[in-house]
Amino acid sequence: MPEPSVIRTEHLYKQYETEAGPVPVLKDVNLEIRSGEFVAVMGPSGSGKSTFMNILGCLDLPTSGKYVLDGRDVATLDKNQLAHLRNEVIGFVFQGYNLLPRANLVDNVALPLVYAGVGHDKRNAMARELLDRVGLATFERYAPNQISGGQQQRIAIARALINSPRLILADEPTGNLDSATSHEIMKLFVALNRQDGITIVLVTHEADIAAHARRLVKFVDGRVTHDGAMAPAMSEEAPA
Amino acid sequence: MIGPMLEEAWHAIGANRLRAFLTMLGMMIGVAAVIMMMAVGQGAQFMVDQSIASMGSNLFIVLSGSTTSGGVRLGSGAIPTLTTGDAEAIAELPSIAAVAPVSPGSAQLVYGANNWATSVMGTTPSFLDVRDWPLTSGNVFSESDVRAGTRVVLLGSTVVKNLFVDEDPVGKTIRIRQSPFQVIGVLAAKGQSLDGRDQDDTALIPVTTAQRKVFGSQFPGTVRFIMAQATSAQAMVTAERDMEQLLRQRHHLPDRADDDFDIRNLTALANAQAETTRVMSLMLGAIASISLLVGGIGIMNIMLVSVTERTREIGIRVAIGARERDILVQFLLEAIIISVIGCLVGVVLGVGAAVVANLVAKLAVVITGTSIMLAFCVAAAVGIFFGFYPANKAARLKPIDALRHQ
Repeated sequence: MPEPSVIRTEHLYKQYETEAGPVPVLKDVNLEIRSGEFVAVMGPSGSGKSTFMNILGCLDLPTSGKYVLDGRDVATLDKNQLAHLRNEVIGFVFQGYNLLPRANLVDNVALPLVYAGVGHDKRNAMARELLDRVGLATFERYAPNQISGGQQQRIAIARALINSPRLILADEPTGNLDSATSHEIMKLFVALNRQDGITIVLVTHEADIAAHARRLVKFVDGRVTHDGAMAPAMSEEAPA
Repeated sequence: MIGPMLEEAWHAIGANRLRAFLTMLGMMIGVAAVIMMMAVGQGAQFMVDQSIASMGSNLFIVLSGSTTSGGVRLGSGAIPTLTTGDAEAIAELPSIAAVAPVSPGSAQLVYGANNWATSVMGTTPSFLDVRDWPLTSGNVFSESDVRAGTRVVLLGSTVVKNLFVDEDPVGKTIRIRQSPFQVIGVLAAKGQSLDGRDQDDTALIPVTTAQRKVFGSQFPGTVRFIMAQATSAQAMVTAERDMEQLLRQRHHLPDRADDDFDIRNLTALANAQAETTRVMSLMLGAIASISLLVGGIGIMNIMLVSVTERTREIGIRVAIGARERDILVQFLLEAIIISVIGCLVGVVLGVGAAVVANLVAKLAVVITGTSIMLAFCVAAAVGIFFGFYPANKAARLKPIDALRHQ
């Protein structure tokens, strides 16, 4: 029996209105991602992969077409329901980490729980557990600018995990990191996918980063030009 | 939910202390100015109200008229046209509640080694009704004292202070222009009149005693003026008309002749002054409110800057699940915290300034809980009102635009 789909898009279109007229960014994207998959999305700049990620994360809405997330057609949901999905179903990891500079690491990790209405003590306990899991338990009172980029990205991953999401959307999470740190971060993603069964969609430019995934989707000029299992030569991934 | 939000807002304010303080300063000055101005305005009003109350209500004063003698026009009271008979006739009018003829003069009062010059007024017992003037001890002289012209006197509190050191004046005998008078009562203190005279620096004696035995008169039975009290504020117009008709009739004035008396409405004058004070205190409050408004605009200004600066933060919060309402509440709370703290400090400053004004500049101030509550509520409302627009702007940012903001 096939796993239920976490993400399904049908004839997804997105265009931006500019002074020079509408600019199509996504053209008829049909994609289904099942629970437990680890998908790498690649493509040149301007191919529409970031826009696609934003739509998947309910941060942006498609111009036309259908997007079903976790069994719900997002077009039918109101703003509060979308906020709820972002809070409890999706975990975001960004290239620029996007931590709150004023808050310490525990508070940063616990922030999604504030919007989920979890009490202070429980929030902090859960955040500490995750800090421990990403290996930064001793840094909990530090501010984000006091730790390295790789450590900040670990904090961002811990924050993405705190509401036990079904799906992690990572938009070039290693884009700002050196290669050794990048592979450390990727090991963490692989572990989350293999051990916790979290579905991961990862956008990257680098083939060796993409190689940690099991499925490869390539975007060119707003269309999916390749969709299939990671090529054997590329899938010599690091052990989980 | 509101707990962590308050904490967040507090941290956000703390991250920019100087800016938050300057924003609060606008509110502080506004609230302090409103409280201060209301205190001074209400103080002035209180003073006027008190003076009016001490004068007696619905009051007329009827002065004897002027005369022209060889082309020289003399002022009111120059010829003695009013008599105690006029006063008795006025008292019969249905629109008049009480009447007192007054024959004033000034005299030296002596008790033992002390002496004091004061105004001595010959009048009737109803003078105390007309002026709403109670006694603190002793009794009022009676109608029979007035008929007989006995030598009895009621003393004002200033006179008592100057003649008697620690003694009870009632029952003692003092001398007025060498004649012995028995003190039969002491008047309650009334304080200053509207024009600043000490109303307590006076002595009251029966009108007949004044006319016959103290001041004497070329025209026996005449009085300088008559005080009359109308039955109510509504009866004032009728009372004035009735008195004029009555006096013209009694003085046998032909239709063409001018009045040989002058009726003045004291209450109308006092009310005009009270109205002036009220308008002044309202104006002060209105001007002070403008600074409150400016303070509110300051809050809006800073919150708009804050929203722009923190657009990316808003994007992050939205991406991890903040609803529009959460963002709205977050920024609104910041505005409210700033305005409420500004307000509280402003209340303290305003009350302090009012107290200092009272002590140093001797200004009459009245600080009421109502005026403090009013200033506080208005300021809090200003904070919410001016905080709402920036907060709403933040809440309505598109997540993707907010997140891309550099």
